[in-house]
Amino acid sequence: MSPVALLYSEVEDDLRASVRALLADRSPWNAVLARCETDQPYDTALWKSLAADLGCASLAIPEKFGGAGASWREAAVVAEEVGRAVAPVPFLTSSVMATAAVLALGEAAADAGELLDRLAAGRVTVVLAVPFSYAPDAAFPEAVRTDEAGRLSGAVRSVADSSVADLLLVPAVTEDGPALFVVEADAEGLKRDGVTSLDLTRPLADLAFAGVGGRQLASGDAAVAALSHALRVGAAVLASEQLGIAEACLELSVGYLKTRHQFGRLIGSYQGLKHRAADLWASVAQARAVARYAAACVADDDSDAPVAVALAQAYCSGVAVRAAEECVQFHGGIGFTWEHPAHLYLKRAKSASIALGTAARHRAALGQLVDLPAA
Amino acid sequence: MSLHERIKALLEEHDPASTPRTEFLRARFDAGLAWVHFPVGLGGLDAPREQQRIVDEALAAAGAPDNDPYRIGIGLGMAAPTILAHGTDEQRRRFLRPLWTGEEVWCQLFSEPGAGSDLAGLATKAVREDGSDEGSDWIVTGQKVWTSMAHEARWAILIARTDPSVPKHKGLTYFVCDMTDPGVEVRPLRQLTGEAEFNEVFLTGVRIPDAHRLGPVGAGWAVAQTTLMNERVAIGGGAQPREGGVIGVVAQAWRERPELRTAAAHDALLDLWVQAEAARLTATRLRQQLAAGHPGPEGSAAKLAFARLNQEISGFEVDLLGEEGLRYDDWSSDRWTTDRPTTVDFAGRGAGYRYLRAKGNSIEGGTSEILRNIIAERVLGLPPEIRVDKDVPWKDLAQ
Repeated sequence: MSPVALLYSEVEDDLRASVRALLADRSPWNAVLARCETDQPYDTALWKSLAADLGCASLAIPEKFGGAGASWREAAVVAEEVGRAVAPVPFLTSSVMATAAVLALGEAAADAGELLDRLAAGRVTVVLAVPFSYAPDAAFPEAVRTDEAGRLSGAVRSVADSSVADLLLVPAVTEDGPALFVVEADAEGLKRDGVTSLDLTRPLADLAFAGVGGRQLASGDAAVAALSHALRVGAAVLASEQLGIAEACLELSVGYLKTRHQFGRLIGSYQGLKHRAADLWASVAQARAVARYAAACVADDDSDAPVAVALAQAYCSGVAVRAAEECVQFHGGIGFTWEHPAHLYLKRAKSASIALGTAARHRAALGQLVDLPAA
Repeated sequence: MSLHERIKALLEEHDPASTPRTEFLRARFDAGLAWVHFPVGLGGLDAPREQQRIVDEALAAAGAPDNDPYRIGIGLGMAAPTILAHGTDEQRRRFLRPLWTGEEVWCQLFSEPGAGSDLAGLATKAVREDGSDEGSDWIVTGQKVWTSMAHEARWAILIARTDPSVPKHKGLTYFVCDMTDPGVEVRPLRQLTGEAEFNEVFLTGVRIPDAHRLGPVGAGWAVAQTTLMNERVAIGGGAQPREGGVIGVVAQAWRERPELRTAAAHDALLDLWVQAEAARLTATRLRQQLAAGHPGPEGSAAKLAFARLNQEISGFEVDLLGEEGLRYDDWSSDRWTTDRPTTVDFAGRGAGYRYLRAKGNSIEGGTSEILRNIIAERVLGLPPEIRVDKDVPWKDLAQ
């Protein structure tokens, strides 16, 4: 195995501190909770601060396209903080997945440079038009097709963050095969119906295309490769978001175990609880190593990246869900209320565990990758 | 003289090809090349510990014999640092050289049938032969258990109770025990694998001169901390490749024997593979932290994860093998082995052995329950266990 660096650099520590301070100031959990049932579930002002002012949208974009010239490693640190804060911003979908798709096309695609420039500046929010559950190893989607005039028709369900997107990146099948289109979010013939999402902090919408015009960005193998690259990078970075969710749940839980008394004792003094907290801490420490490895592998385009990403999703999904479930249980009655943040984490963790492929799906993918074939 | 010059001089004066093994090892010790971080005159050079690797590699390359470190691991890893830290000059001079050369094997007499996780509650007693006279011999009586190498050992490090009238941690004293004393009886302790890696040691009126006491009377617990801290350092382990542990054995069986595969077993195997790889990457990250000078508390989780994984994977393997899993390791020899191994070889044995031996992983060297207490209290800052025995004289505790 190559000696992949799994620690955080000083630059990453500084970046984390800035993002954490911004989110703590502008998006404490009670603000997230208050917002999530309004018709403004996204904090667009916060998103602008994060994407443009702090420059988080530009991290993985090379300097020649107006980016910061950093890597997915740094983006993964931002994702950890977004997860910790259950922040309602389209960082994963726009600054990671859509950005990765456009980066994969590179200069081969017309307009890619211009699009990257706008993405890097935080001037545009772009979302891939695929269900949030779409896995990196899935076949190219055929839900949207072009007609003779090259207009897009079809339907895509459960697209995360699409209601705040300015542009959609639409995988579609043309008479020449797979292609990627850029579509204005307010294009004629496109309907975006918000649905009630399990995760209140990352709303979904169903998209209906009825003869929608768009610009073709890529076709053929380039389009297929760009989509799977976007989903793979997304899955890698999602593992870091899941790590952040798990860390926050562990901290909330331990804090409560140290202050809540029952039977005249702090509840954290009972082995029935403290041993589970210790196990959770150990799992979070492991998730950190696994998520870092995935981020490093996609950042370096390491040949082990497919294994690292499948491993990260197979492992971190479960840790985040367990941390959130334990957080509810450790808190007892208060953890079951709407007014406590535990449910925000539970819903985000459970949705994230389905996003970009379930753990079971990634295990099956690993079986192929590491030569452990199915029965 | 530089380190390289010392190595060169040792090899010139004692050609490994013609010098008897023990003679070479003694010369190496006297040259300060045994453990370079030890003091001059005691096998070392007061040099940084990292330089040991240079010596070991140079001597191995020259074909020099080593001191069989696995066989004398308890002496090297536990007795020696304790003697160095707490022994008198006389004790260091007497014990360290033959300990390092392997001429004298050491064992550890700590655990008792009644004192496992609660080591400080031990009952083996040591009393002065002539009442309370300073300097007189000690007479030791009690029973110790889980003693590796007792049947080959010349010396033992021993903790015994010298004052039952004070709380448990305060009444202990640390000794060096002569394993050839007629009062020492060693019996193999056959474990559930059939073999006997360990021993029971019965101590009946064993005589220990006061000169073999390590540290002050009543300071045994503090001295023992040196020993136990070094045990935890030793458990760390080296870097492993992917599929380097027991998971590799199972993965190989899966690849080579398609007839064993089922859909349910496939997902279970991959789940275990994922967990093993997560544990391996966590260990890699921990080593990177150590190298960067930031040791983290993740080490305490490593043993916890290792124990659970070894048990789950080995249990899965027996299931996977089906009918073959009904047969034990060395069924061909028509009996359960009663060997006395000195090392544990997971990969070199059968699935049944792995399954059974792994049961010890969550007990030996600190149970998983005690480790969870340690993580909860020292890492997460959760309240400590309620200790009803803390201020009670040991003799008044329920035994």
